[in-house]
Amino acid sequence: MPDATLDRARVAGAGVDATRLPGLLRATWLVAHKDLAIEFRTRTAFFSALVFALLGLSIFYFAWDPTAVAAIDLAPGVLWVIFTFSGLLGLQRSFGVEQADRAMDALLAAPVEREAIYLGKAAANFLFVAGVQVIAIPAVALFYNVPLGNIWLALAGIAVLAALGIVAVGTLFSAMAVNTRLAELLLPMLSLPFFVPIVMAAAQTTSRLLAGRPEAEAWPWLRILLGFDLVFVLACTIAFPYTLDE
Amino acid sequence: MEHGSELPVVEAEGLVRAFGGRRAVDGVSLTLRGGECLALFGPNGAGKTTVLRLLAGLLAPSAGSCLVGGVSLRADGGRAARSRVGLISHASMLYSALSARENVEFAANMYGVRRPVDAALRALQAMRVADRADSPVRALSRGLQQRVSIARAIVHEPQLLLCDEPYTGLDEAGSAALTEALGERRAHGAALLLVTHNLSEGLAVATHAAIMRRGRFVRFEERAQVDGASYASAYRELVTADA
Repeated sequence: MPDATLDRARVAGAGVDATRLPGLLRATWLVAHKDLAIEFRTRTAFFSALVFALLGLSIFYFAWDPTAVAAIDLAPGVLWVIFTFSGLLGLQRSFGVEQADRAMDALLAAPVEREAIYLGKAAANFLFVAGVQVIAIPAVALFYNVPLGNIWLALAGIAVLAALGIVAVGTLFSAMAVNTRLAELLLPMLSLPFFVPIVMAAAQTTSRLLAGRPEAEAWPWLRILLGFDLVFVLACTIAFPYTLDE
Repeated sequence: MEHGSELPVVEAEGLVRAFGGRRAVDGVSLTLRGGECLALFGPNGAGKTTVLRLLAGLLAPSAGSCLVGGVSLRADGGRAARSRVGLISHASMLYSALSARENVEFAANMYGVRRPVDAALRALQAMRVADRADSPVRALSRGLQQRVSIARAIVHEPQLLLCDEPYTGLDEAGSAALTEALGERRAHGAALLLVTHNLSEGLAVATHAAIMRRGRFVRFEERAQVDGASYASAYRELVTADA
């Protein structure tokens, strides 16, 4: 803020000092903390996503013919498809909590950068998705008898990158869809086409890791994941304030 | 008034807001100084709430300008100007899963209030709801929720309070607490814009009164110049004409 603006703010004698207004990081933390506190109290979205993930896994498992497709070929696809759809459940709720009683108005009236609202929501969504993954990934290993022993760290890294991409895009579309009458339909319709590169890259990288292929084979897919994250985290952060214009 | 009374708290000049081809607000200008209260009346769809949302920084004007405490709502993304505005509406704007205290503390933190825990408690005490501070908002009655919502709006001691039908859902004690809280804010130099359909309620606290119709002020006068009975009949004529 220019000095002159700050001086005028002080002279006018507001109840708060403009120099103490929360910066981007502080406001991001406040929004994320608030969203996680709400989820911790209700646990509805987390348990819904978790139950969905486990039920999905079971359905895939019972539909699977092990004599036709090897577990090592099927498991990566199942894992990331389940992960994507269960993540959507959390993303759906992200801006839903702001709609009830028009809490979004109070959030937008607060003297914080609009980008902080997006980043705070995305950070909470990331932890939400990561929480579901912590249970879903071992469950996939268990169902499909896939050994994760020496690749679990690499798999965790892929999961982090995939989760980043999904929440970056999904949080933006959740904000856009929430004010529409067909929000529950619109969010998947908008998001899923953008999730394709993430699911593809994550599944391909995972299958190469599980098959014990050379690392060099996984790098091109990993670069796609990294590139997607970089582009979409930046682009969605910049685009978010424009989604709020009425 | 403590300080800053010589500067208008809010100065809006030629505010216009169009949605598509329709002008919901069409050239509204107003100036309010510390301690003043404008009661804004008008039929549904007159543009009252849109004026409020423009002054709160929730909507960008299609044309015109607005300064709050001398700071433009367009400067620095409107942060400095928004920091001195409090917004009260008939919707509670609260998170039902969080407690009353958590809701108000969250607002205090978002406005950078010093010692947010103490400030939140003070605001809840002012609205006579401190005894339910740790109850989840969803467990409170509509009236108590509205009191918590008002505590949320005044926790940062705003210089401009924008109230859209704030008495909705309040019982007698809640109404008294609200009137007292608004009076206290005005005594400390805050200006108040009160949107209401209730003429007697609005005129009881106002220093100025205005009637909006089709996005414009069709009447704007000092309260002292307003005769309650003739004002009510003029208002009824306007509302009937738009019905």
